[in-house]
Amino acid sequence: MPKDSGIGASPKRREDVRFLTGNGNYTDDINVHGQAYVHFLRADVAHATINGLDTSAAEAMPGVVKIFTGDDFAEVGGIPCGWGVTDRHGEPQQEPKHPIIAHGKIRHVGEIVAAVVADSLEQARDAAEAIELDLSDLPAVVNMKSAAEDGATKVHDDLTSNVCYDWVFGNGEDDAMEAAFASAAHVTTLELVNNRLVANPMEPRVAIGEHNKSNDEYTLYTTSQNPHVIRLLMCAFVLGLPEHKVRVVAPDVGGGFGSKIFHYAEEAFCTHAAKACGRAVKWSSTRSEAFISDAHGRDHLTTIDLALDADNNFTALRTRTHANMGAYLSTFSTSVPTYLHGTLMAGNYKTPLIQVNVKSLFTNTVPVDAYRGAGRPEATYSIERVIDKAARELGVDPIALRRQNFVTEFPYETPVALTYDTGDYHGTMDKLEAAADISGFAARRAESEAKGKLRGLGVNCYIEACGIAPSNVVGMLGARAGLYDAATVRVNATGSISVFVGAHSHGQGHETAFPQVVAEMIGIDESMIDIVHGDTGRVPFGMGTYGSRSIAVCGSAMVRATEKIIAKAKKIAAHLLEASDADIELKDGVFTVAGTEKSIDWGSVTLTAYVPANYPLDELEPGLEETAFYDPANFTYPAGAYACEVEIDPETGKVTVERFAAADDFGNIINPMIVDGQVHGGIGQGIGQALLENCVYDEDGQLLSASYMDYAMPRADDVPFYAVDHSSQTPCTHNPLGVKGCGEAGAIGSPPAVVNAVIDALQSGGHDITHIDMPVSPSRVWAAMNG
Amino acid sequence: MYNFEFEQPSTVAEAVAALADEDAQALGGGQTLIPTLKQRLASPSKLVSLAGIAEMKGVSIADGVLTIGGGATHAEVAADACAPLAALAANIGDPAVRNRGTIGGSLANNDPAACYPSAMLALNATIVTNAREIAADDYFQGMFETALDEGEIITGVRINVPDGANYQKFEQPASRFALVGVFVAKTAEGVRVGVTGASEEGAFRWTEAEAALNGSFSADAVPAAPSADGMISDLHGTAAYRAHLVAVLTKRAVAAIG
Repeated sequence: MPKDSGIGASPKRREDVRFLTGNGNYTDDINVHGQAYVHFLRADVAHATINGLDTSAAEAMPGVVKIFTGDDFAEVGGIPCGWGVTDRHGEPQQEPKHPIIAHGKIRHVGEIVAAVVADSLEQARDAAEAIELDLSDLPAVVNMKSAAEDGATKVHDDLTSNVCYDWVFGNGEDDAMEAAFASAAHVTTLELVNNRLVANPMEPRVAIGEHNKSNDEYTLYTTSQNPHVIRLLMCAFVLGLPEHKVRVVAPDVGGGFGSKIFHYAEEAFCTHAAKACGRAVKWSSTRSEAFISDAHGRDHLTTIDLALDADNNFTALRTRTHANMGAYLSTFSTSVPTYLHGTLMAGNYKTPLIQVNVKSLFTNTVPVDAYRGAGRPEATYSIERVIDKAARELGVDPIALRRQNFVTEFPYETPVALTYDTGDYHGTMDKLEAAADISGFAARRAESEAKGKLRGLGVNCYIEACGIAPSNVVGMLGARAGLYDAATVRVNATGSISVFVGAHSHGQGHETAFPQVVAEMIGIDESMIDIVHGDTGRVPFGMGTYGSRSIAVCGSAMVRATEKIIAKAKKIAAHLLEASDADIELKDGVFTVAGTEKSIDWGSVTLTAYVPANYPLDELEPGLEETAFYDPANFTYPAGAYACEVEIDPETGKVTVERFAAADDFGNIINPMIVDGQVHGGIGQGIGQALLENCVYDEDGQLLSASYMDYAMPRADDVPFYAVDHSSQTPCTHNPLGVKGCGEAGAIGSPPAVVNAVIDALQSGGHDITHIDMPVSPSRVWAAMNG
Repeated sequence: MYNFEFEQPSTVAEAVAALADEDAQALGGGQTLIPTLKQRLASPSKLVSLAGIAEMKGVSIADGVLTIGGGATHAEVAADACAPLAALAANIGDPAVRNRGTIGGSLANNDPAACYPSAMLALNATIVTNAREIAADDYFQGMFETALDEGEIITGVRINVPDGANYQKFEQPASRFALVGVFVAKTAEGVRVGVTGASEEGAFRWTEAEAALNGSFSADAVPAAPSADGMISDLHGTAAYRAHLVAVLTKRAVAAIG
């Protein structure tokens, strides 16, 4: 029988009450007394020299408080990149200054050229129109391959080229790779595009800077997934402020998907401007601004080669990728195509030899950074598409080819630096075959064909490295931040508990799931426990939420802190029960002396901690509050197998997703309902990438898909009901909860399943089509069919 | 948006008078104009809302004639018009759009991907304004271009209820406007085929298909796809793809009429 509380139960999400009744407290709901408003004048050309910027007329406009240009920020730091990648020659990545406001040159449409602070937003907009800008247009660098050529126009004059780094990774030296491919019985090659995406969280970004003249303290309210990271980057690298004078608050945040990890110019601007203007400064992004200022995702061009021996064993894998960085290096941009992508190229398979080459390039486009999955979807897509193509070329069953090459013994050291601690890929595939009713596919295909439709089945596996990360490992690989997390468990006198966590919930349901863990450990009701997050003034220094890390890393810190609480509470109980603390047992919120009837309840012990009249004061501090920092020993490795069935209308090329099944191994699960929801949402985004979403620039660097009129987001009727199975569970071996993380799996695992299904459908109709790039739009399918 | 004056007259005559001011702009349901204003891409001195004009409301059918007020919303058309046109209106935008947007506003704007123009052409509709009556064939004059004069208001639309009609819309994946939409109608004047979304010249009649269908009203009689010359090519479909869809959707509409 399912549990109704604690670990493994599915209580409804408590935070949804306020979200669904309009009582959420989002950043835009916050208004500070006397605040002014900023309107950013943004570049409408992709590449230009700024010859002159005349703000005199604008400054005289009604309501204008102050106008800022690049000159006002010339002396402060640029926005830092949080990861330094070393290239194949041992050289550091090229790292141009990333200014708060463009200085001398414009490098992408949407870059801030000037900022107008005024009494009202409309006044700020009016004044911005009066700014006279004298520009000399420069040729735009948009296409990655031409950006990489010698003699290409440079995005940054002070760099040697547009190549940020040319990185090689894996155990496959050139000679060994050549030999492996030369001796292969079969080689499959595929060129593919991992399409550029716009994150599009429901809530656009907002920043409010506030400065208190009495104590010189700043508060930044911002839509962030990681307020401590923002405070550190902004204080230490950009504005040069002491951290203890700055508080960063990220209240309710309406979705992030990675795009709210990064430190953005608008945050530093509002903080700086609050002091400069002598009043709070608020910025609320419009949706149109979001398209040209939020970091974009993906955007890889890849060639992948898979070598197989005569028995269809994988013998070598080689990829060459061009990855777009955009005009500047966003916070984690350089790590995404390298250490979050190259390290995943083994997939679920025991390929012995792997070489990954990634060339990251500057272009005159919006910066590109992590988007749900961040590098791992790109790796999964390449691997799973080339395996599928190989299976079709060899005439073997795609599932059988995968099974034959699965990693089956753990721990498994991959050729690309990871050690998978545990997994059961055959078992998970068994679950998928049942959930997807693969044996019933032939009958469903016949039904579709009777209606004049083509039907295809696509299957793929995925593995991801989550719970980022062991700080010493990522530090060696270039991370400029630790990736531990932290939790403080504060027990109140009457027994209720506030848990202050470094993780940040912006849709993940932490406020429901985290208390389930503490409730289970102590044996008290979940309603006695609240989570506090999103405020550097309240929570310990944590690294925030991304990379499916919250429960695996911050959850572990919370467990460690709760263990300390229980250990201390047992000492208090032992004193009250006149027993040894080694003999005290805690069950269902009651402390008992083992083997006796002597007991005392949770509330009596917590009250004693704060009213220590009868208390071992000479041995034990009063109070009941503990903090733990947790640095993971390894990544976690969620893995799974997905199956998609599509129907194609051969007359129009329209693809509809008819069925979708997911079998995931997330290790232990805290709240199955929330996990299902995470997978559902992720699959929706993956189907969006596979069939609909595409961020497109023209050759002048103008964004063509700059609104929902042209950028196709998936809607409810674009996706089917999903069959999800999470019963394949190999608990993580190195964290206390045995959890692996589930936030990105759906988005990582689903695009190849969709495209594999499309190719299967087309080939079933006699079309000799081996690949169509995402998004697999009706127009592209029809063009391929009528090539 | 920029500042503007706002008037909401209660008669067509008052509206026409209000629109005589230079840079005055009529406001129907605002589903195109309001977003344009919010982006500061238009700066009318005055908005004249047509929403308070009772004589422009309503959808009725009498003696085989469908009369739709220029101020009727898509939702009202979906509820009360003859079936093929009601089905078209029911699939415009989302509920918010359908409850604000009006048929008069859509026709006056003449977006090349709007649904209504194909239906007006196929149904041989009469566009009624404050000043005159305009046959649909004369009304649509290219992308965002119509026969309307400055300050002229569409007060209604009159349509002879067809013997049979059907609209096939192939949605652009992002906007869900028509990537191509084809409205086929059997009218007293013969078969008429209106096409939207496809041409750089805006909505048009596919006369080749009309001739073929007047000879034999069957999907098999629909000719091969029209030339791709002059068809729209963009992120969502090439000219050749749109031309192909014109034929596919025409066949489907004919088959649906039976």
